[in-house]
Amino acid sequence: MTMHATTHRRNALWIAAMAHRLSGLALACFLPLHFLVLGLAIDGEARLEGFLKWTANPAVKLAETGLVFLLAIHMLGGLRLLVIENLPWRPVQKELATAALVAAGLAAVAFLACAV
Amino acid sequence: MINIRLYVLQRATAMIMAPLVLAHLFIIFYAASRGLSAADILGRTRGSIGWGAFYALFVLAAAAHGSIGLRFIAAEWAGLRGRHLDVVMWSFGALLAMLGLRAVAAVVLP
Amino acid sequence: MTGTIEVWLWRGGKEGRYQVFSVPQRVNQTVLDVVTWVQRHADPTLSYRFACRVGMCGSCAMTVNGRPRWTCRTHTSKVIEDGKLRIGPLANLPVIKDLACDMRQFFEKWQAAKGVFSPSKTRADAIEKIEPASAPRVAADAAIECINCAVCFAACDTVRWNEEYLGPAALNRVWTLVNDVKDAANRERLAAVAANGGCTACHSHQSCQEHCPNKLNPTASIAGLKRRTMQAYLKGEL
Repeated sequence: MTMHATTHRRNALWIAAMAHRLSGLALACFLPLHFLVLGLAIDGEARLEGFLKWTANPAVKLAETGLVFLLAIHMLGGLRLLVIENLPWRPVQKELATAALVAAGLAAVAFLACAV
Repeated sequence: MINIRLYVLQRATAMIMAPLVLAHLFIIFYAASRGLSAADILGRTRGSIGWGAFYALFVLAAAAHGSIGLRFIAAEWAGLRGRHLDVVMWSFGALLAMLGLRAVAAVVLP
Repeated sequence: MTGTIEVWLWRGGKEGRYQVFSVPQRVNQTVLDVVTWVQRHADPTLSYRFACRVGMCGSCAMTVNGRPRWTCRTHTSKVIEDGKLRIGPLANLPVIKDLACDMRQFFEKWQAAKGVFSPSKTRADAIEKIEPASAPRVAADAAIECINCAVCFAACDTVRWNEEYLGPAALNRVWTLVNDVKDAANRERLAAVAANGGCTACHSHQSCQEHCPNKLNPTASIAGLKRRTMQAYLKGEL
């Protein structure tokens, strides 16, 4: 049993690592579907066009915004690791992690604004 | 469960993909804000060696990167070990590579 | 100071339960004082570990309200929540009894990581001159104050999820040895930490750095090991 384990007060960097992992998992689930949709073009543009029309649905736009957010989060989380592993240690990491989260959020909002 | 070889490959594909992801995000924004139709998109990609190369590279890097990442999750959260991890990693990598290259062919081949 | 603390202490081994005691709260009281009070005045069968009680041996580490800490250096006034304290043995290690955990796995991983100095000279050779300001020595000094208390080990989720993972303390020590110019065993050491369960298993959650009572930074040490093993691999030395 894990009753003795550290169960709360996770720090910002742990949350960043979890966001990186979970966004990666979500993207891994999404990618095969994305490839299948693009593969519709094999049958000619009509099928792909039919699918694109469906994506005008606001719920789908929201989902796409979520995907942009996940991609941005995952990349920024990965950059966090590359910085830790290859550059001299920076004490300001927690602030950078929070800034990265905000940047990802802004990217998603920008997409929503562009696409709607 | 992960050794230095897989580690180096995952970091390398990550670094390759960073600029590709940025470019892809720009493309997504561009297509969404212009409301591009399938005909518009395919008109740009069909017969293009440039788009073919860009996305083929992206697909292969993503297949390697994603399958190594999934290996970690399979080991740490699903408790898989040894050969099972290799099976998960290789099958997911193969799935992404095949579906991805098929998609690239779908939009690039004239 | 008046008042009492409601103290929940783990009793048993792997299976067991929390037992509640009412302990008088005192000024400048530490969690170790609380545990000692229970053993002396309430229940002599309580098992726990301590030695120096002044924060230099690391023996008294336990889980206090969900966080691994040195109990002798934790004032109860800082950690009490709603008048309660929940104290258990360190996580990620088997429990022997009550608040004492079995540290063998911690030290076995230390050995497996080759966290042991290996001499390169004999007493007949001249003494090695170590420049204190040299980059390797500065790197080693930053990580050298580890007293093997296992707080980082208990805080690490990767240790919890991956039983092969050598852990932050062992890898931190390996980093100090890799930077020790007197040492002769770096080839074996890098091979040990480049294998499964080595430095590449670390995901930089940084719980180790967050919890280390000596303010060490195993994440940075492990990042250094990642660079060294990667370089060795790319040069074909592994």
